[in-house]
Amino acid sequence: MIAALAFYVFAAILIASAVMVVTSRNPVHSVLFLILAFFNAAALFLMAGAEFLALILVIVYVGAVAVLFLFIVMMLDIDFVQLRQGLQRYAPIGAVIGAILFLELLFVFGSWQFAPDVAMLRLNAVPIDPALSNTEALGRLVYTDYILLFQIAGLILLVAMIGAIVLTLRDKPANSKRQDIAVQLARAEAVALTKVPARTGLDKLGIVRRKLPEPPKPKKVAHEAHGHGHHDQEEGGHH
Amino acid sequence: MLSIGLGHYLTVSAILFVLGVFGIFLNRKNIIVILMSLELILLAVNLNMVAFSAALQDLTGQIFALFVLTVAAAEAAIGLAIVVIYFRNRGSIEVEDVSTLKG
Repeated sequence: MIAALAFYVFAAILIASAVMVVTSRNPVHSVLFLILAFFNAAALFLMAGAEFLALILVIVYVGAVAVLFLFIVMMLDIDFVQLRQGLQRYAPIGAVIGAILFLELLFVFGSWQFAPDVAMLRLNAVPIDPALSNTEALGRLVYTDYILLFQIAGLILLVAMIGAIVLTLRDKPANSKRQDIAVQLARAEAVALTKVPARTGLDKLGIVRRKLPEPPKPKKVAHEAHGHGHHDQEEGGHH
Repeated sequence: MLSIGLGHYLTVSAILFVLGVFGIFLNRKNIIVILMSLELILLAVNLNMVAFSAALQDLTGQIFALFVLTVAAAEAAIGLAIVVIYFRNRGSIEVEDVSTLKG
């Protein structure tokens, strides 16, 4: 009795808010009614015994998708009045197609029933175990029989995430520092050409590693350390 | 009338589905509301699957609903990203303006 009443209340609010989503003048109101519709659908899921799905619906849809819609509606500066101009023109054909679709669905559901031996046709039925909670039963199935589908779903989410980032990323050169190898190599002091005469020893050219513990004369040290201290090896030739 | 069965759930989800389709026709110019109507349609599908899962006492329907939920979330993210870059390029999101490819 209570359950039936609750079902009717939730279903009525769900359908009413769905109507408001579709016909509302302001898209912000549409999004808010969409959130209300998701909450009521979650309540219907709960009544059908799908607790995990109901809470996932609240978390994922209300917490992520609907807020995403809200961000987009508020972020883009859209002239919504102009967008609603053809409304009266499209309403009749939409109503006709909707009515036809609804009548078809009604005919299908009205005259349809389970075949008596349909239970035999099910290949791998997974009966609901009353001893397990809904979450645990779903987890046991998803991580065993449906592991491949589960991983593909994760891959789809990864691709969607990367796609959304790549699509909307605005790459300003001022904001990011990149390595430009050509510029780096063209720096004047980075590369020095030294003409090396043949058959001379390295110490004659001055290309010798200095002895570290022995400090040179103070004036020379100041000059080298200040200007190009780390290029001793190449530049030792012309000092 | 007072016991809630499969038929009640199927009726609700059929009405929800039809409302979603009607919304696509009604808001032909506003792609954001079209995406919201798509969410309504997918919600109706999920409601159907959960209702059958409860009626048949079989968990497979709920698992399918879980995957439909995943794909719907991915679709919303990609669709809204496309809307954002389209708005950046053209300054409007009218569906009728999307004729650059002359399709």
